[in-house]
Amino acid sequence: MRIAYHFGKYFLLMKKVFLVKPEKWSVYRRLILDEMMKVGMDSLFIVSIISIFLGAVITIQSAFSFESPFIPLYAVGVAVRDSMILEFSPAIISLILAGKVGSSIASEIGTMRSSEQIDALEIMGINSAGFLILPKIIAALIFVPILVIFSMFLGIAGGYAFGLLSGVVTNYEFIYGITYDFKPFNVTYALIKSVFFAFILTSIPAYHGYYVKGGSLEVGKASTNGVVYSSILILTYDLILTQLLMS
Amino acid sequence: MIEIKNISKSFGDDKVLNDVSFAFEEGKVNMIIGESGSGKTTLIKCMVGLLQPDKGSVLFNGKDFLTLELSEQKEIRKELGMLFQGGALFDSQTVEENIVFPLSMFTDMSKEEKRERANFCLQRVNLENANKLYPSELSGGMKKRVAIARAIAVQPKYLFCDEPNSGLDPMTSIVIDKLIKEITEEYGITTVVISHDMNSVIETGDNIMFIYKGDKWWQGNNADILKTDNKEVNDFVYAAKFMQTLKAKL
Repeated sequence: MRIAYHFGKYFLLMKKVFLVKPEKWSVYRRLILDEMMKVGMDSLFIVSIISIFLGAVITIQSAFSFESPFIPLYAVGVAVRDSMILEFSPAIISLILAGKVGSSIASEIGTMRSSEQIDALEIMGINSAGFLILPKIIAALIFVPILVIFSMFLGIAGGYAFGLLSGVVTNYEFIYGITYDFKPFNVTYALIKSVFFAFILTSIPAYHGYYVKGGSLEVGKASTNGVVYSSILILTYDLILTQLLMS
Repeated sequence: MIEIKNISKSFGDDKVLNDVSFAFEEGKVNMIIGESGSGKTTLIKCMVGLLQPDKGSVLFNGKDFLTLELSEQKEIRKELGMLFQGGALFDSQTVEENIVFPLSMFTDMSKEEKRERANFCLQRVNLENANKLYPSELSGGMKKRVAIARAIAVQPKYLFCDEPNSGLDPMTSIVIDKLIKEITEEYGITTVVISHDMNSVIETGDNIMFIYKGDKWWQGNNADILKTDNKEVNDFVYAAKFMQTLKAKL
């Protein structure tokens, strides 16, 4: 029953976000750009670090796993490329963003609710749900796929650099590996996933923040719930989309 | 003019408002007073549409706000200003941005015009040169004054104030009361104020409603309230020692 209650309430909120006409598009455009800075540019550093290390770890781990003389070493390049493109860049980066961006969205909106700022917006005749949530969702839908592509490049580059530095793979083998039997659809698949994940990692924490009741303790709980539920949903959709798109 | 008719509101089994009706006079400071938990804030929230009453109507110039289409409700809301207990200023914006915000959303004023309007409103609440400060840099009284400046920026017809004196020292309370009274008279606004503060009630209450346990218990003006023989009103009004001294002199 509780799940059905939250499900219904979430859809009513999304209806308020998407089906009510914005009061003034010029203000919304500025808000979307601000949110793109917060969601995207401010996450570049953490995404870069994680991607480089993921690529490096996959390179070293697969090189040690492929000890058999029957498995060519260029398979390391294939493993790094496919792992980064198919799973690590879209899913792991989205999970990281759910923690970083999601908690910030839930606490920002939750604090506005508990300090009556959302009521103030409503009194002014502004659709508070649209005003606060729509720019965040649009910004994430635009910027998360960009971050995912960025992560793919950095992950593969990190794997290449660490592979050469540690001597587990040669330049030729790695480059041959990452170009071997490359399927462009895999990138499309990753981008489709990232669009779904972007929606989840913004709308779920926004829902938890928007309906906060109480003070700072409840805002903290909303922030935690937002991250937990968006992470669970990202993993669930990862499985569903993989089944739908890859089978 | 605002009129409420038979407003009732419950939260589960807890009946908070019971058939409350009242006419709020135009161009006057109308006060809703009563003990904590008597239903004052719930009533004001029902009036501005933040809560949906179980029963009753809220008439703004004869139009029932609660039965209007969303677009029509929005039009009325543009004529409302509200001063919240904590100010409800937007933390991420400066004082000037807070005041300019409703103008940016609903008018086509140029940047210069908006800045001029913000300066005028800040001057009106005696807060010149506070334009670039953030809410976190303001004192409680300053926050309330900025919230008043934001509320009057759009030249509202109706001003709602939820405990404008809460958390303020007596001197600042008087400043806020005076400001609300002056603005009401200057712009002919229908002002609705929730208060516990007897000093405010006596100084500014042109039209007063006393709520007791969710019922409208008494109504009158600031002169009547000191002379009434209604027990519950007397208990409330003369709770403080200085008020008892005042009663003895009357």
